[in-house]
Amino acid sequence: MAPILVSPDSQEWISLLTALLIGIGFGFALEQAGFSSSRKLAGMFYGYDTTVLKVFFTATIVALIGSQLLSYFGLLDLDMVFVNHFYVLPAILGGVIMGAGFVMGGFCPGTGFSALSIGKIDALFYILGGLTGAWLFAELYPLISGFANSGYKGPAKINEWLGVSPALFSLILIIIAIGMFWLAEKAEKKYARPDITKEL
Amino acid sequence: MKRKPYMNPYLAGTLLGLVLLSAMFFSGRGLGASGGIKYCVVSVVGAISENHVQASPYYGQYFEEGKKPLKTWLSFEVLGMLLGGFISGALSGRLGIKIERSPKISNKRRLFFAFLGGLFFVFGAQLARGCTSGAALSGMAVLSTAGFVTMVAIFGSGYLFAWFFRKNWI
Repeated sequence: MAPILVSPDSQEWISLLTALLIGIGFGFALEQAGFSSSRKLAGMFYGYDTTVLKVFFTATIVALIGSQLLSYFGLLDLDMVFVNHFYVLPAILGGVIMGAGFVMGGFCPGTGFSALSIGKIDALFYILGGLTGAWLFAELYPLISGFANSGYKGPAKINEWLGVSPALFSLILIIIAIGMFWLAEKAEKKYARPDITKEL
Repeated sequence: MKRKPYMNPYLAGTLLGLVLLSAMFFSGRGLGASGGIKYCVVSVVGAISENHVQASPYYGQYFEEGKKPLKTWLSFEVLGMLLGGFISGALSGRLGIKIERSPKISNKRRLFFAFLGGLFFVFGAQLARGCTSGAALSGMAVLSTAGFVTMVAIFGSGYLFAWFFRKNWI
């Protein structure tokens, strides 16, 4: 039963080759979506282009439903799939700092790589800034490790916190997503600007 | 070559979701991007000063038992991302060296804010244990509370700060 490449017997090179192939798919999908353009991405925060929301929530739902179906049919052991560990305040403050970085730079790290891969110089500067940010964090770690490791809740799941089954939570998420897609389509009409696709 | 239009967002989202699902299925994990940046920094610092790395509990953890930070799943995945993006750009006629910016701002201003944005984003991602890919997208797909909280914090803060940086975009 999957996941297959987490067992200690699996060969390291197979795991790394899989990572490379999955990365190719990831980079391809981001670029096709238009995430190689900062002006398109930033549209999310000004309402003129909501591609980010549509792609992001469609992808979440496909992976969420897909993994639960695979688990239901006994093909995937979800207990073996990594669940992010929750550190309450670091997750919130980290997210707030990331949001500020998003509107300053117009990229998140993944979309920065996407834009760099097709030759955008601004994305190169973004990634250089990112390297600097990771380096600053590493050097400052002794000073901030207390806060960075505070409020640890383990691999907490949101549906368990709300006391509902994964299936019910997924259904609620789908309904919320459809509502947001509808709003997004309306926002794009309301905040429409002249088409800039040719300039990107 | 003529530029092709971008893929329909719902179709691109489905494709991205299937890529994430394959990562979960084959490797038992989600996607990531900021982690690759971290491994790159850790590796460079390790090459420059072994003493500095050994004295630091932060850097030290990535070199325990002879581990190599660049020989990791995330580093290879990020390398793949650059390849995949290049293939997509080549097939769609979107390759080209350029600085993308609003016509209202200078190249210098665009590059300065791009650098600063990257610095903030990746610093924040270290605190939150992941960025939009590793924490928000992959986290939400496994129903992790951290994923949902990080997603709301990233986008909420983006809207909060959007007014201050509007000149860069609109």
